[in-house]
Amino acid sequence: MSTEKVKKTVPYTVPIGPVHPALKEPVMFTFGMEGEIVRTVDFAPGQTHRGIEWMGMRRNPVQIVHLTDRICGICGIVHSLSFARAVEQIAEIQVPERADYIRTILHELERIQSHLLWAGVAAHELGFDSLFYLTWRVREQSMDLIENLTGNRVNYGIVQIGGVRRDISDEQRVLAEKGLDYYQGLLDKMATLFLEDSTILMRCRGHGILSEQDARLLCTIGPTARASGLNMDVRQDYPYCAYGDLDVKAILPPPETGGPKGDVYDRIIVRLLEVGQSIGIIRQCLENLPAGEILWEPKMAKLLAVLKKAEGEGIGRVEAPRGECMHYVKMAGKEAPESWKVKASSYSNLMSWIPMLQGEQLADVPIIVASIDPCLSCTDRVAVTRNGRSDILTKEDLSRLSREKTRRMMQ
Amino acid sequence: MAGLPFVPEVLKQLFSRPATNAFPARHLPPSVTEFLAKVARGEAQIHPPVPTPPKFRGKIVYDREACIGCSLCIRVCPAHAIEFIPETKRVRIYVTQCIFCSQCNDVCPKDALHMSSDFLLATEDRYAESQIVE
Repeated sequence: MSTEKVKKTVPYTVPIGPVHPALKEPVMFTFGMEGEIVRTVDFAPGQTHRGIEWMGMRRNPVQIVHLTDRICGICGIVHSLSFARAVEQIAEIQVPERADYIRTILHELERIQSHLLWAGVAAHELGFDSLFYLTWRVREQSMDLIENLTGNRVNYGIVQIGGVRRDISDEQRVLAEKGLDYYQGLLDKMATLFLEDSTILMRCRGHGILSEQDARLLCTIGPTARASGLNMDVRQDYPYCAYGDLDVKAILPPPETGGPKGDVYDRIIVRLLEVGQSIGIIRQCLENLPAGEILWEPKMAKLLAVLKKAEGEGIGRVEAPRGECMHYVKMAGKEAPESWKVKASSYSNLMSWIPMLQGEQLADVPIIVASIDPCLSCTDRVAVTRNGRSDILTKEDLSRLSREKTRRMMQ
Repeated sequence: MAGLPFVPEVLKQLFSRPATNAFPARHLPPSVTEFLAKVARGEAQIHPPVPTPPKFRGKIVYDREACIGCSLCIRVCPAHAIEFIPETKRVRIYVTQCIFCSQCNDVCPKDALHMSSDFLLATEDRYAESQIVE
């Protein structure tokens, strides 16, 4: 920003980013401010390119499946599942039913932990740290369960081309049911703590509004789209894994809460309700878990030989906690794929920031930016350029602004 | 409390035990080495480490005798952490590069590779003796 000529009249330019606490993902924001009000919004993503697809094109699919685990720290299973489904489509691999169910169970467990993580972050962005700690404490239960089932808290490494690598034993089933009971009992409490709190209500209700039409035009996906009233969910529209056997309906903000308004509050409602939905799905899967194999081909040398011969294109789509995640793979009879393209879910949601942020105050920027749940990143500072003099707003300053606004509204 | 449902929860939390894992010592000792010596003599107690889950994937263990040098593990290692040594027809594993997926364990026809539950592996030297398994 320093090299650009900054305008000295209204609207003032406020850059936030490229790396910033509230911004989860490194992205560069430029706001045109009129006093406290955001008038224009511009952003530049692409600050965190890691060349993971380049790495993939030098490896065979069995190696890539573990590389995909590392695309996102939170959506560990989403990317590997999506990639595996694309490759299975190309090589015409039939995944055993039991593996499909285990994939679904872990997929939903991941949704629980991801939504709770988001809820905690949202509370933190509002300056409500005690709720943030409580949410992250209860999230640990799902992390422990995932660790027990897969062997790791993150980077599970459970998906293999043609199935899963670990079975769910009877003891683990008991553990999983215990974990589900824990969350079932917590649901009402979390709903009360988040939805009946006057601070959360006044900071989130009516802020960061994304109308249904805007959501449709900007191709928004996942909980962000559903909070704006779009009835869409890959699990419902294009069932994969075990979802075809289950009754999954996209969750929209219920009419009792005032119908879909598309504000930050609705996004909280949708995510909390989805935690409940995930518990139901896992219960159904555990009850109907079919017996049988968990891998299409347990001998990996044979699997590698089949994959080496595979030719064609495939697309894997899954409903990640943040929306649809898509992997495109092209194989051309070689060890490594000829092409591999990853479309993470946040990519489609970024454009919705523009209508959401226009007309809001600077203090609302952190919670609105976080409300679409972009992938996480960490602390930096904001540079505010005023009259040719630049001030630095640190993370603490932004939290202070946020808290002060809450206090002003309480009076 | 209308509109502030968290207040009773906070009061409840005040009297509950911390949810986090306990540090080995309750307070930071003036000298860590002295404290550890005391623990060894049985004069002081430490909180035991948190147990790892079943089938946890920690530092790799290599059974050199069982290995036949087929190098299948090299083909499936996503991190290129395994190197084949042609002179001895055995492999060398760089733990700093390993991503702990345990795929080499699955593929090994002679069951020569295993994962231990050892997970505190950080060092400053990536070629330290503890970081190379052969």
